[in-house]
Formats: sequence, structure tokens, C-alpha cells
Amino acid sequence: MAQSSAKPAYNRTAAESSLTGAMETVLKPPVPSGSQTALEVPLRMQVRNLDFYYGKLRALHGVNLHIAANRITALIGPSGCGKSTLIRTFNRMHETVRGTRLEGEILLDGEDVFAQDVTRLRRRIGMVFQRPNPFPKSIFENVAYGLRINGLPAAQRGRLADAVEHSLRRAAVWDEVKDQLHKSAYALSGGQQQRLCIARALAVDPEMLLLDEPCSALDPVNTAKIEELLFHLKQNCTLVIVTHNMQQAARVSDASAFLLNGELIEFSPTPLLFTTPSDPRTEAYITGRFG
Amino acid sequence: MFWRKSVNVLMLSLTGLCALVAVSVLFFILGYLVYHGGKDVNWDFFTKLPKPVGEAGGGMANAIVGSSKLLLLAALFGVPVGLLGGVYLAEFGGRAVPFVVRYTADLLNGVPSIVIGIFAYALVVMPVHHFSTFAGGFALGVMMIPIVLRSTEEFLRAVPPALREGAMALGASKWRTISSVVLPAASRGILTAALLALARVAGETAPLLFTAFGNRFWSPGWGQPIASLPVMIFTYAVGPYEDWHRQAWAAGLVLLGLVLITNIVVRTLLSRGTSPQRP
Repeated sequence: MAQSSAKPAYNRTAAESSLTGAMETVLKPPVPSGSQTALEVPLRMQVRNLDFYYGKLRALHGVNLHIAANRITALIGPSGCGKSTLIRTFNRMHETVRGTRLEGEILLDGEDVFAQDVTRLRRRIGMVFQRPNPFPKSIFENVAYGLRINGLPAAQRGRLADAVEHSLRRAAVWDEVKDQLHKSAYALSGGQQQRLCIARALAVDPEMLLLDEPCSALDPVNTAKIEELLFHLKQNCTLVIVTHNMQQAARVSDASAFLLNGELIEFSPTPLLFTTPSDPRTEAYITGRFG
Repeated sequence: MFWRKSVNVLMLSLTGLCALVAVSVLFFILGYLVYHGGKDVNWDFFTKLPKPVGEAGGGMANAIVGSSKLLLLAALFGVPVGLLGGVYLAEFGGRAVPFVVRYTADLLNGVPSIVIGIFAYALVVMPVHHFSTFAGGFALGVMMIPIVLRSTEEFLRAVPPALREGAMALGASKWRTISSVVLPAASRGILTAALLALARVAGETAPLLFTAFGNRFWSPGWGQPIASLPVMIFTYAVGPYEDWHRQAWAAGLVLLGLVLITNIVVRTLLSRGTSPQRP
């Protein structure tokens, strides 16, 4: 990949190099995909002037956001600031809630997501939820579900078992479940269930993976496992994570967006946002004065 | 002080007594049936046709098979309508339509069974000018609809919304989500409801009186009058022969036994959990 040379591998101690790399990622102006040079990281998703309403209540005010490919973007902010609302518009999950209205534009690889077939869109953008939500099926069938309903070649050509194994390996849960693939998914622990849900989302090979507070129901050990997993995943996938845990955002993400009362207050490379925030409200939040 | 204590003791004993009466009624009925009909529940009862009037012995094999055929038809008609209607109530629809459907289903549940019988008579029996198995099954099926519909709705609502979201987020359409995730998650509850509804209509007599009518012989196919246990009990119990009375008691015992067994099996299934437990 051309852009991988621009940014060194993630390294917590080398804050400087990480910072420069992330700045290139995020501070780049939105340009049409055709005019990119080898040094620039391509944008996976662009959000332009997004307003969102629940009935008459306005939940998002003119949000602009660029999500770089193969990076982890964190959405942080206090409860009710609209970060979950925002992430749910990316794969149009907000449409499952009645009485919502959206204005503005969301582009995936330059294409309007609202002009696409929603089934195809959600195959390209996977989602992992706050609480593990495996289906009441076997572990195998949980992972195979996406392949089956989308009628993917793997499901037809009998390579289903390989595809399931591959996804479980990518989600770092294979070793724990390989001997019990046909047991109910409910037999697993909460952390294993959450990684199973990640495997389920990965099975259809999405370009983007949205994680809506994926660790909020998990203990620190399982949280660490999932965070480690995210580093590996970003090689092939663009990740967006909603979290109310600032340490987590600081640990895992390349870029962070701070939202407050439905407004995007600040969007910068993560090291920058956590060390020298430019907005006083961001500073107040990350230093723990509210939220 | 004394007055307050005695009122307390009196009320406590009164509530206890009423609870005891409520429980003992079932055991009293069961004991009474066993006492009167226990002797006549034998191999012949399950395998032989009723004997001509005046001859002793014989059984109710035709009524047992008849009841089974009627219940099969009732399930084939009532369960799909109730099930899909329940899916509509729980998963689709706005505000006004589900309200009307729910209200109507509750009213239908309260319609006297004899009125359901007249309805089936007018709709199925009158046009073809003869009683039939089909008409009886239809009447029982109509009675099953509201029970299956409302319980399907309840069990579907108990399925966590997170499961629906999980399926939709993988690109499943609404119908695919319902059929491959939501319904399987609620399947045990819905099956339970269907079996309970079946047990409930198994004992209905009134809707069968002028639809399935009754028959002292085998009833091949689905277009002829057919015997059923409840109607047989009615006919034999009001008949003038001592032998008939004993057989009516035996039929009552068999019917109650079948319903009780269904109930117990179903409730055991249900107690093992209806919806997936949360992690």
C-alpha cells in the first residue's frame, strides 16, 4: 500500500513520529480522489454539513468529518453529545428508528451513501454494538450469517468453513472457540461474544468497521484484547470507534473528534487533541472538568 | 386490640380457604372423572367404534381420530394466520392499525364459542348443504387465531432489539431479519402458545355442534360429518343409557388427560427460558 510508507507502525513511545503521521492523515484538505499523490492517505469517508433530527429535536449540528482509510478514528464526548447518533448515520442504521431526519452529505469513497442500496452499503460498512449481540445460533452460524444472507461466493462454493475460520482468526477468537464451533454462542463469555460479533462483521470483508462503544460492557482484560485486535484490523479496514473512555481513545486512535451537544468541537490527530487542544471546551473535557 | 387481631385471623383464613377451593376444583374434577370413567378407559375405548344402542362395550376410536383431524385442520388454519398477524403487530405497522387489530383480536377472543359455530355454519356449511370435518376445523381455527396472534406479538416483543440491529447491520432486509433471527429467537415461546391454543380449543363443543356435527362411524376424507370427543361426551351424557354415561365419563377423562399432558409438557419447555439470556 502506498500510504503505509508515509506513517510508521503505531508506537506508543514514539509520539513524535506518530503525531506527524497522523497529521498528514487528518489535516489534509478534502480533495477529489483522482488528484492524490503517493504521500497522501486516501479518504474513506467524508461527512459534510450533517444535521440530524429526532422528530423536532436536533441531535447534530452541521458536522464535517473526514475519515482516513486504514486509520482508527475515535469519536469522543460526554453522554448524549451525539457520537452514537453520528456513527449510526455512516451505515444508515438511523433509518431503523422511526421519526428521524437527516440533512447533509455522507460520501463513501466519493459516492453518496444515501444513493446506494442499503444492503450493499451495510455489507461494505460493518458495525459492532455496545453490548455483544450474538444471534441465538451456533458460533459457526453466527459468523456465517452475513455470508449466507448476502449470498456471497464463499457461502455457495462450500468454502464457508474456511471463511468462518478466517474471520474468527482475524477477530482473535479462533483459538478459544475452534473446538466448540457448533455450540451456542451464548456459551461464550462477554468478551468472547464481543469478539465473535467482530468476526461476524468481518466475515463479509467490509471496507469500514464501525464500533459503538465496543468495550463498555467488558472488563479491562477483554478490553485490552479488543484494542490490540483493532491495531491489526486497520491494515485492511478503516475503523471508527465511539468511546466515552478518553484513555481508550488516546491509546487506540490515530485521529479524534470531540463532540459536544451535537456539534463537532474539534477534530485533530489524537496526540495533538490530547496534548494541545485548541478549543477550551475540549481542554475542559479531557482534563475531566465535566462529562 | 382483640377486635383487630380477630379480623386479621378471619381474613387470613378466608383468603387461604378460597385459594384452597380454587386449587382443589381441578383435583376434584380429576378424581371424579377417574372414579366414574377410570374403569372404562381400556384398550377397547381407544381402538373400537361405538356399539349400536343396547349393546355393551365398544369404544370411541372414531372420536379420538376425529378430534385429531379437527385439531390438525384448526392448527393449519389458525396458526399461520395468528403467527403472521402477530409478526405484523410486533414488527410492522404504524400506530392506528395495530391498535385496531389488537383490539379486534381481544374482542374475537371474547366471542362466545357458539357464535363462532354459527359463523362457521353460515360460511362453510350453508353453501355446500352438509356438515363437514373442514367446517369444524375452520371453526376451531378461528378460535385459535386471537390466542396465537397476541402471544406471538408478546414473544416477538421480548426479543432484544439488539438482535434485530445486529442482523440489519449485516445487510439483512427487514423480512430476512425477522425470519432468520427474530422468529427463531422467539420460536419456543410461539410454539408454546400454539400448543396451548390447541389444548384450549380441543375441549370446545359448541362450535362443533353444527359444523363437524358428529358421526358414529369412521369419517374418511375431510368433507363428511365427523365425531369428536367433546361432542361425543355431550351426546352420551344426555343419552338415556347407563352404558353411555360411563363412556361419557371415560371420554371426559381422556380429553382432560390429553389437555393436562399438553399443558405440562408445554410449561416445562417454557420454563427452560423463552428468550436468549443477556450476557
